[in-house]
Amino acid sequence: MRSPSVLAGAALAAGFALALTGCATAPSATSASAKSDVRLGKPISAADLAAWDIDIRTSDGRGLPPGRGTVAEGKAVYEAQCIACHGADAKGGPVYGAMVGGVGSFKTGTRVVTPGSMYPYAPILFDYIRRAMPMDRPQSMSANEVYAVSGYILNLNGLVPADAVMDASSLPKVMMPNRDGFIVDDRPDTQAKRCMQNCL
Amino acid sequence: MSRIVAPSDTSPAANSAGPFGDRRNFLRKGMAIAGGAAAAGAGLAHAAPLAIPDSNKAFGKPIAETDYGMPSKYEADVKRRRTDVFKNRQNYSDWSFTPLADQHGTVTPNGLIYERHHNGTPDIDPATHRLVIHGMVRQPLEFSMDDLMRYPSVSRFHFMECSGNGLTDWLKAASKTVQQTHGLLSGGQWTGIPVSRLLDEAGVAPGAKWVIFEGADGSAHLRSIPIAKAMDDCLLVYALNGEKLRAENGYPLRLFVPGWEGNVSVKWLRRIKVGDEPWYVRGETARYTDPMPDGKWRIFSFDMECKSVITRPSGGMNIQAGNHEIQGFAWSGKGSITAVDVTTDGGKTWKEAVLEGPVMNKSLTRFRAPWNWDGRPTTIASRAVDSTGYVQPTVAEIAKVRAIVGFVQHHNGVFPWSVSAAGEVKNAIA
Repeated sequence: MRSPSVLAGAALAAGFALALTGCATAPSATSASAKSDVRLGKPISAADLAAWDIDIRTSDGRGLPPGRGTVAEGKAVYEAQCIACHGADAKGGPVYGAMVGGVGSFKTGTRVVTPGSMYPYAPILFDYIRRAMPMDRPQSMSANEVYAVSGYILNLNGLVPADAVMDASSLPKVMMPNRDGFIVDDRPDTQAKRCMQNCL
Repeated sequence: MSRIVAPSDTSPAANSAGPFGDRRNFLRKGMAIAGGAAAAGAGLAHAAPLAIPDSNKAFGKPIAETDYGMPSKYEADVKRRRTDVFKNRQNYSDWSFTPLADQHGTVTPNGLIYERHHNGTPDIDPATHRLVIHGMVRQPLEFSMDDLMRYPSVSRFHFMECSGNGLTDWLKAASKTVQQTHGLLSGGQWTGIPVSRLLDEAGVAPGAKWVIFEGADGSAHLRSIPIAKAMDDCLLVYALNGEKLRAENGYPLRLFVPGWEGNVSVKWLRRIKVGDEPWYVRGETARYTDPMPDGKWRIFSFDMECKSVITRPSGGMNIQAGNHEIQGFAWSGKGSITAVDVTTDGGKTWKEAVLEGPVMNKSLTRFRAPWNWDGRPTTIASRAVDSTGYVQPTVAEIAKVRAIVGFVQHHNGVFPWSVSAAGEVKNAIA
């Protein structure tokens, strides 16, 4: 991304830093190295870093690659690559617990955290499976396989129909039950006092 | 109450000058060393006659041509340990604890820094490792480790703590030792390059607000953080406590985010991408979030709030009646420690402990308080205060505003140890 006002951007970022911390003693990281002229970064093109550029902005799916997969294909992928650890129908296996169910459990005494109950955005499935699964050979699955198995997990959770096709367009549109389940950090949330005598 | 800080080089007189240490305590010390009934009935036991030790009468081990020193064989029990409460069914996404009761000073030895990995420790050759910065920048850049070593470096003392430290011990005493209750905590001197330096070189675009950091491990672990924090005090770290990072701590390069939960300090760092919104990845939505009332979850709770724990005496130890020096750690992700209070009567009364200097920003701080235990069952605990004025709360106070249910992060509650009449020290969280 190009910007004619790079310096303005940097100054803006520094302003955020002060606003965020409000800290009079913030270390002067930039000024400490300001006298050095070392600039050794080598320009790299988007094409040359494409193999690394795998993050998905999950709220809108930005970064999702071309490709597609069906729930049925996902079941086959799951049973070949995932079932050994996660168990049949994603109900839990020898290494990992259930990846289905839990919707509605967060207001009970036992919160069942699964992709279906917890993820606010469906592309989290694609991002995480592609980068980290299967655990013994991560980043080995094709985009089609990842779309497919994402769709299968969503289907097991009742969030897409059995004939769903997952791709860069459809996956971000899946409405996740916990989308509005998050609140931003509001701490400090306690106001403990320093009692020294007769405290009980 | 004014802050009490002893210099790190303290004399016995300075030791006895604090609110805990009066002259009478100091004079009594000799009386109580033998402890209990023996001291009361028969006076001090006499030491046995001394023989010349074998070590005085033989060659020592010669100096090797090259060597890397290791701990004494007599310290073989001082080791990191995996959890013995919340046992994972694999040991790749797992964790191990620092033996805090055996840590002296505020620097955790590199072999004892706690571990939390999401797919084990990768083997990365620094000659082939690369760091990339891209996204909302003027010019995407790639750096080799040789490149990075040529930049001006800074070294800073900071603690690092996992957000999950203490998660097994909110409402019941599940863990036995302070290693298990609090050992996802370490401290040290981190050396590297300010993140701001390299972001400035790449040229951050207007409108950039968040940055994602991604590892080269088998989980490609990643977290997004506000760019303001990245520009403020975050470091690209390649060394810890005077030597290059150990493999399990991110060799050859990691992010270090002072004062924030450990999992944002991404190890084995390969990529930095600048953006205008959070990415909401699995780690920051489904894992490192806090259950809140009404079925909600608190997200982006980065700060590790002010906390303390007594490490001596602590769970699993046996003590005798008489004089002791209560010792422990205090730390805050939002500043420096200004005071630590200690109770030895189960919370009825508290007295201010002595802080051992230097007391540094977002760093482990040691405290100590003399204690003459009368041999009756009691409970001891510590409570820290930081430079924002925040006072470490009890679990009961935290439970009023959060939902303590399931896998709960960010436990900074006051942590009690009970002492039985037999001198057994036990976890007394509930």
